[in-house]
Amino acid sequence: MSCRYTFGGDEHIFVEVSESMSLEAFFVSLAITNAVRDAKIEGVTEICPANASFQIKFDPDVIHPDRLFGILKEMEADAEKAERTLNTRIVEIPVYYQDPWTHETLMRFRERHQDPNATDIEYAARINGYEDVAAFIEAHSGAPWFVSMVGFVSGLPFLYQMVDRPRQIEVPKYLRPRTDTPKLTVGYGGCFSCIYSVRGAGGYQMFGITPMPIFDPGQTISYLRDFMVFFQPGDIVKWKPIGREEYDAAVENVQAGHFEPKIADVIFDLEAFNADSDGTNAKLMEALNAG
Amino acid sequence: MPVNVIQSGIMTTIQDMGRPGYYHLGIPMGGAMDRYALRAANALVGNPEEAAGLEAVFMGPELEFTEAATIAVCGGELPPKLNGQLRETWTAFDVEAGDILSFDFLQAGARGYIAISGGIATPPMLGSRSTYAIGALGGYDGRAVQPGDSLPIGAQKAQGRAGKSIPNDLRRGPTEGCVLRMLPGLYWHRIAKKAQRTFFEDTWKVANEADRMGYRFQGGQPMEFVDREQPFGAGSDPSNITDACYPYGSVQVPSGTEPIILHRDAVSGGGYFMIGTIISADMDLIGQLQPNKSVRFAQVDMDQALTARKERKSMLSALRDAIA
Repeated sequence: MSCRYTFGGDEHIFVEVSESMSLEAFFVSLAITNAVRDAKIEGVTEICPANASFQIKFDPDVIHPDRLFGILKEMEADAEKAERTLNTRIVEIPVYYQDPWTHETLMRFRERHQDPNATDIEYAARINGYEDVAAFIEAHSGAPWFVSMVGFVSGLPFLYQMVDRPRQIEVPKYLRPRTDTPKLTVGYGGCFSCIYSVRGAGGYQMFGITPMPIFDPGQTISYLRDFMVFFQPGDIVKWKPIGREEYDAAVENVQAGHFEPKIADVIFDLEAFNADSDGTNAKLMEALNAG
Repeated sequence: MPVNVIQSGIMTTIQDMGRPGYYHLGIPMGGAMDRYALRAANALVGNPEEAAGLEAVFMGPELEFTEAATIAVCGGELPPKLNGQLRETWTAFDVEAGDILSFDFLQAGARGYIAISGGIATPPMLGSRSTYAIGALGGYDGRAVQPGDSLPIGAQKAQGRAGKSIPNDLRRGPTEGCVLRMLPGLYWHRIAKKAQRTFFEDTWKVANEADRMGYRFQGGQPMEFVDREQPFGAGSDPSNITDACYPYGSVQVPSGTEPIILHRDAVSGGGYFMIGTIISADMDLIGQLQPNKSVRFAQVDMDQALTARKERKSMLSALRDAIA
């Protein structure tokens, strides 16, 4: 895996680890960005790991772009040897699929969609070869997901499906982005699922909604008191399909300050996952359900 | 003693120099679109240059002062009026308790910056008072100012600044035939040779979708892509990439048609390819572009970008010297 280095103007270095998405590329990006953070390089102001790439923002008055370029290249060599094991956590996120709010929104933007006569989830089920939406939801919520990037806006997680490539769901983004997406929409674009942390524009297909806030600038929600953003790269997520009643109850719980996400600490080992993804996932689920 | 907002204009937000350090979580740096103008306004009234002021887009607010202060308005040509009497831009003047500050129509540029001695003293969030409305961060309760708001002002006020004025040659604003300099890179290799040429040859116009997050441009020729099989995870459109980080100032071109320059409230990443990045020295200029304004892009290399950055720094030093 050889990285491609390029400057983003005079203040950023952008490094593409791989054109295509893979957990291998993610781990290289994570290893180098961790090394940059640990090195505390003077002049580096932002360290942003992404799915299969990363970006460093710097002050060229403090460190010359060519010098930072050289430092990163040296770090790449070490990153290849880095351990691909993460102490992380698995989190259960309830999802109300085919909810009325994303449905209302997707109907409003039908002319921007590939298939105006179907809903987003019907379209996604069809092009991925599922018999019906129920089978698609089973696939989407069956195996865990890996947070391979946080960004876009306000703590939005990009999630990578932890199954063999032939089983991975892929959908295009909307033909033209929407100007509106309900807060906490569970979306899908390319090979990534996401949760829209706030209301706003978006181009991902919309499948459902979660009652669990993941961004709280006021830091009043019980599990967001320490920091306003819930997710970080390396988190693992398991979707739990819920219906309207459970959704309403969860929303009420959040408002009353009683909602606590189901979380378990786990160790993720990429080698073990590559050798046996279903077995690794089963162990992750065991940890989640034991917690 | 606060400043009362009587009218808020189209959108008036509290801005300082932003909150670096959270871009990896999708929280942009934010801060004044035209940083030079806010620095100039603060310097005029004797504030630290990084102090929070008001950024008014297209139209000024109406403000009532409840105690004496010194103020200055820089950036776009947004002429201030004190109790109905026109005052100079780029020049400090005193106000008394009970005075009303309003504005004439915007005559050039897009954003006026209002500095008040003492600086706006709303509570900072993540190290900045800048308004990031999408994330309900900073500003006045996480939003733009509204009629009825009372803006707290800091107690540390410089005296004797009235009458200080920025010399004409240091009033940086929009010029006719605006040229934005871009360092090609990122996914530049994805577009065909012809598109790499026409992007710089064509004249583009600022579209209506032009805000703190980004500026969209129209009128140039659509871009042809270099053929490839789309990589896994990117999506099927040739302009799609595996979702990645977006540099501030980066130029993305969804479907190869309308370039978008990401600005201070940038989305931190996404799935559209970028052809390069506007150099740091020219970012302020974008904040003074109105819709429909003609713009051309010029290609520069890193050495030229760093030279332009130095020039901008020396202009700022000259400004400090001129009003010291």
